[in-house]
Amino acid sequence: MDERRARFEAQVLPHLDAAYRFAQWLSPAPGDADDVVQEAVLRAFRGFDALRGSDVKAWLLAIVRNCHSTALTQRQRRGFVPLPEDNGAQTAYAMTANTPGPEDVCIRGDEQRTLDRLIAALPEEHRTVLMLREIEEMDYRQIAQITNVPIGTVMSRLARSRAALKARWLQEVEGEPRAVR
Amino acid sequence: MRCAESMRVQAYFDGEVDAVTGADVERHVEHCAECCALLRDLEQVRSVMRRDSAYVRTPPALRARVMRALDVESAANAESPPSVARCWRIPRPRSFWAGAVSGAGGTALAASLLFFLWAPRTTSLVDELVNAHVRSLMPAHLIDVASTDKHTVKPWFAGHADVSPVVADFEPSGFRLIGGRADYVNHQRSAVVVYQHGSHVINVFSWAGNTPSLPSDVTRNGFHFICWKTGDLDYCAVSDTARSELLGLVLLLQDLGARDRRE
Repeated sequence: MDERRARFEAQVLPHLDAAYRFAQWLSPAPGDADDVVQEAVLRAFRGFDALRGSDVKAWLLAIVRNCHSTALTQRQRRGFVPLPEDNGAQTAYAMTANTPGPEDVCIRGDEQRTLDRLIAALPEEHRTVLMLREIEEMDYRQIAQITNVPIGTVMSRLARSRAALKARWLQEVEGEPRAVR
Repeated sequence: MRCAESMRVQAYFDGEVDAVTGADVERHVEHCAECCALLRDLEQVRSVMRRDSAYVRTPPALRARVMRALDVESAANAESPPSVARCWRIPRPRSFWAGAVSGAGGTALAASLLFFLWAPRTTSLVDELVNAHVRSLMPAHLIDVASTDKHTVKPWFAGHADVSPVVADFEPSGFRLIGGRADYVNHQRSAVVVYQHGSHVINVFSWAGNTPSLPSDVTRNGFHFICWKTGDLDYCAVSDTARSELLGLVLLLQDLGARDRRE
């Protein structure tokens, strides 16, 4: 294996899981995320020499987002509209969940599906900033870099998505009587 | 009508403000019921998301597919220039090199490249820890003893590592103990306690404290490192989680270490 490839694998591939998670949130339809991730890794490999600085993760996620936009435009141009059930979060998130055995896996599973569904129902640009902040723990500057919008927009999208999620979560989960946890 | 300060409160919650602004916001929240409720909501959304989001790893089939695609790309690269990027504009490597080499800086560039390729590598402790952390993220390398119980993890180290680090489950604070591992760091067997924080893995390495100067807080390849000494052990926490979050775990462990020593 050549030197460049080895450096690429050491620096970029550790963030493959983050790239995959991000792609899943961007395009929940089954299979789409896989294509986006593969394309993004190849682009990253080709552009690896242009990488400056140490923020490899933000750089890779920005490429994932670009690839997602391209794929989306191509699908729209071909007139492909996913069937409603393809948008369901249930199938999309039936992935390798490595949850180390808590007893309440069952209840959690239900709430997890509810949460995934509520998040999937948010507008894409809101969902994206929310996931980058809460799950990937990126800061505002990194999110602005990845989503290519000003920091002020990141902040207002975050505020709106959090408020919307909180309201829907209250309605769905806390609102209805539940068994004792 | 939202309070005009709500954006600053959110920025405070996200750790995006300096200490002075932070104190300012704290004073405001004391008097503003709306912002006080906002802070609680922000905390609730975060805890639900971090608790209930699926812990997602790349499926092995996709990982294999990506590696195969890289193989093809590397092979093609060796023969011809890469195709034009469709979704990420980059300078094409060949034309870049052609331009650079024909320019006045060509010689210097070539010289520095030669130096880069053939200079002896000094493997620092940080490099070693990066490698150990990345290795641990490969399937089936993370944990030797899987348990959320410190009374299982801690005794396990007695037989498998040279040191006995502090171990506890901090699930209420968002750091779930998921197990332990023996590793080889800094020329000795070291104990690694593994925590999960949301979808991030945190490795806490520990070894007999004989390192003259521990690396100070660094970020390398997108991973944060925080090192410290407690008693006669050196510790280093490594993760791609936010630095402020990693610091949260480090403070919990330092407290625990200090308590253990007093007892």
